[in-house]
Amino acid sequence: MTAVRPPRAYFYATCLVDLFFPDAGMAGIQLLREAGVTVAFPEGQTCCGQPAFNCGYWEEARDVARTQVALFPEDLPVILPSGSCAGMMKNHYPELFHGQPEEAEVRAFSGRVYELTQFLVEVLGVQLKDLGEPIKVTWHSSCHAMRDLGLKGEPQALLAQLDKVELAPLAREHECCGFGGTFSVRQPEVSGAMVCDKAADAEATGASVVLSTDGGCLLNVKGALDQKGSPLKVQHIAEFLWERTHAR
Amino acid sequence: MHAETDILFRESAAKALLDPHLRANFRRAMDGLITKRKAQFPDPADLQELRHLSTAIRSRSLLNLPALLVQLEAACTRNGIQVHWAETCEQANQLVLDILQAQGATRLVKGKSMVSEEMHLNAFLESHGIEALESDLGEYIIQLDGETPSHIIMPAIHKNKDQIARQFSQKIKDAKYTEDVDELTAMARKVLRQKFLEADAGISGVNFAVANTGTLCLVENEGNGRMSTHVPPLHIAIMGLEKVVARLEDVAPLYAILTRSATGQAVSTYFNLISGPRGEGEKDGPQAVHLVILDNGRSRIYGDPQLQATLRCIRCGACMNHCPVYTRVGGHAYEATYPGPIGKILTPQMEGVGVRHDLLHGSSLCGACGEVCPVEIPIPDILVRLRREATHQDPASFVAGKGTGRTDAEDRAWRLWAALSKRPGLYRILTWFATRFGWALPSGAPLIRDWTRFRTKPIPARRSLSERMRAERGTHD
Repeated sequence: MTAVRPPRAYFYATCLVDLFFPDAGMAGIQLLREAGVTVAFPEGQTCCGQPAFNCGYWEEARDVARTQVALFPEDLPVILPSGSCAGMMKNHYPELFHGQPEEAEVRAFSGRVYELTQFLVEVLGVQLKDLGEPIKVTWHSSCHAMRDLGLKGEPQALLAQLDKVELAPLAREHECCGFGGTFSVRQPEVSGAMVCDKAADAEATGASVVLSTDGGCLLNVKGALDQKGSPLKVQHIAEFLWERTHAR
Repeated sequence: MHAETDILFRESAAKALLDPHLRANFRRAMDGLITKRKAQFPDPADLQELRHLSTAIRSRSLLNLPALLVQLEAACTRNGIQVHWAETCEQANQLVLDILQAQGATRLVKGKSMVSEEMHLNAFLESHGIEALESDLGEYIIQLDGETPSHIIMPAIHKNKDQIARQFSQKIKDAKYTEDVDELTAMARKVLRQKFLEADAGISGVNFAVANTGTLCLVENEGNGRMSTHVPPLHIAIMGLEKVVARLEDVAPLYAILTRSATGQAVSTYFNLISGPRGEGEKDGPQAVHLVILDNGRSRIYGDPQLQATLRCIRCGACMNHCPVYTRVGGHAYEATYPGPIGKILTPQMEGVGVRHDLLHGSSLCGACGEVCPVEIPIPDILVRLRREATHQDPASFVAGKGTGRTDAEDRAWRLWAALSKRPGLYRILTWFATRFGWALPSGAPLIRDWTRFRTKPIPARRSLSERMRAERGTHD
């Protein structure tokens, strides 16, 4: 879309990538750097506030969100390796700060938020060269990346650039994996039923890796696959893209 | 976490999940409906255009609701339809009973009506010696077993053919056992035909009520709606007060998106436009038609600008067909007249957000419901709003039971979460401990216990991304 390449950008880790998938975060930063972007990683990142927001605790969510917005003062893109957290910061922060003194500042911030693959495709227009062995993967659409943030096939477009990667369609690809943040512990039985079905659908594809944009889905699906001793690997798309484009 | 009177969705959902037949029946049926709907909307742009138009029609109808209802009453009255207003279900039940008793009616047939389910009309009438027989095949099937609908348009969808075959052979007089669907249908038809002829009155719902013409629209596939409203000498239609539209032209797009979204049909087999009782010189139709308009909490919902969108609903059921939770637990687990995503926002607004707090959390907020809703009701946003209403006392809000779902435990948990997440120094220490000792947390620890029933324990990485970036900058922990 835009041809202007911002030479600098902020990276927001998100709590789940920070703690559980740092390699994915690192890979995201490397992909950006390789495309010529100078990445700033401000100290003090915690959580976007979505768990509290979704449970109706907006004052608490606002308290946390305020501290996070303050970490990104310069007019630079803010890039997240998560569709869910990007959706929160882009679409729900303005709602959360509606009528608050910081509303204008927050709206400006929200306007700068991108999900990683979105930024790689729409802003940078990256071209990837596949250096890996032939492999079959499958794709899980994170609900929030797809419906809340509104990704329009950017991750799939990146995967399509890798000529030795076969994308096996996942049955009911658009169905939720059952994570849902607090949902997974407030409704553990239904959540468990959902993730077991998702794991079974993923296994049925015959792929060797399940990819997604979101740490929540990854943690959930990985947990269920590991529980049943499945050899199927679960990986964040950023990490997969980095590995495929760099010979080990 | 919950008061003893609270209705826990978690418990009933967990119970439902243990029934493999139920899960298989719903999965099969819902997958079929998803496929059929999709086939009706081959062009995404056309679908969006029709959705926007339908949303606009429903929003405009609601915007003018008070005036349209007055207009509807006047037009109906002109047409000879007697209009009655009920604020509560009790009042509506009493109105129906009074109308029936004034005519000496004791046997009635019913077309499908979710509002009558909301009123628990059948049980009420039976307690007054009036037999109310459901004539929609699905409703007839569940009535035989004393059940409630598990889906708003396919009430017996939780049962499969074999279960119905067994049930018919046991409950219908002189019925032989068969698993042939046509034979089963013929059996029900034989019983119902006789009942239509004998009935003193027919009761139906209303899909759309047209304000300027006083027309009641009824969408159905079996012809039982037409029989219920046409054969007996008395017809009583019941509707929620939100069902009104301004003019007949509004009905066409809504009808087009309703049948496509609901059953994946371009049109339904029957579409009835009821515009009054039998006229002078006419040979058929009821001698009297009554319309009962029910509020039951709707005007309170109407008073809130965001929540008003709940009332746009045209009861197609697409939200439940596409819901990953509904698909697995079925409609009965919701313990409510309206199950699935629309029920998740409607029921708490009618019964109170406190007692139904757990139901509000029976969603992963995946957004599939909002995506398919033909009138674009932002169900996930409304769920979040109602979760907030359940735990907070907003003086400006009209929401029933606001603040009554609050618990000290949840309040404390979020305060603690905020205290840690807004203090990066503290958060950093916590993350450091999680990366070094997170693996050592016992699987039986709270929260982890429920997670590990279906998954391995989540183990933090040995070094967080923040820590690695600090190392890169040369500012080691």
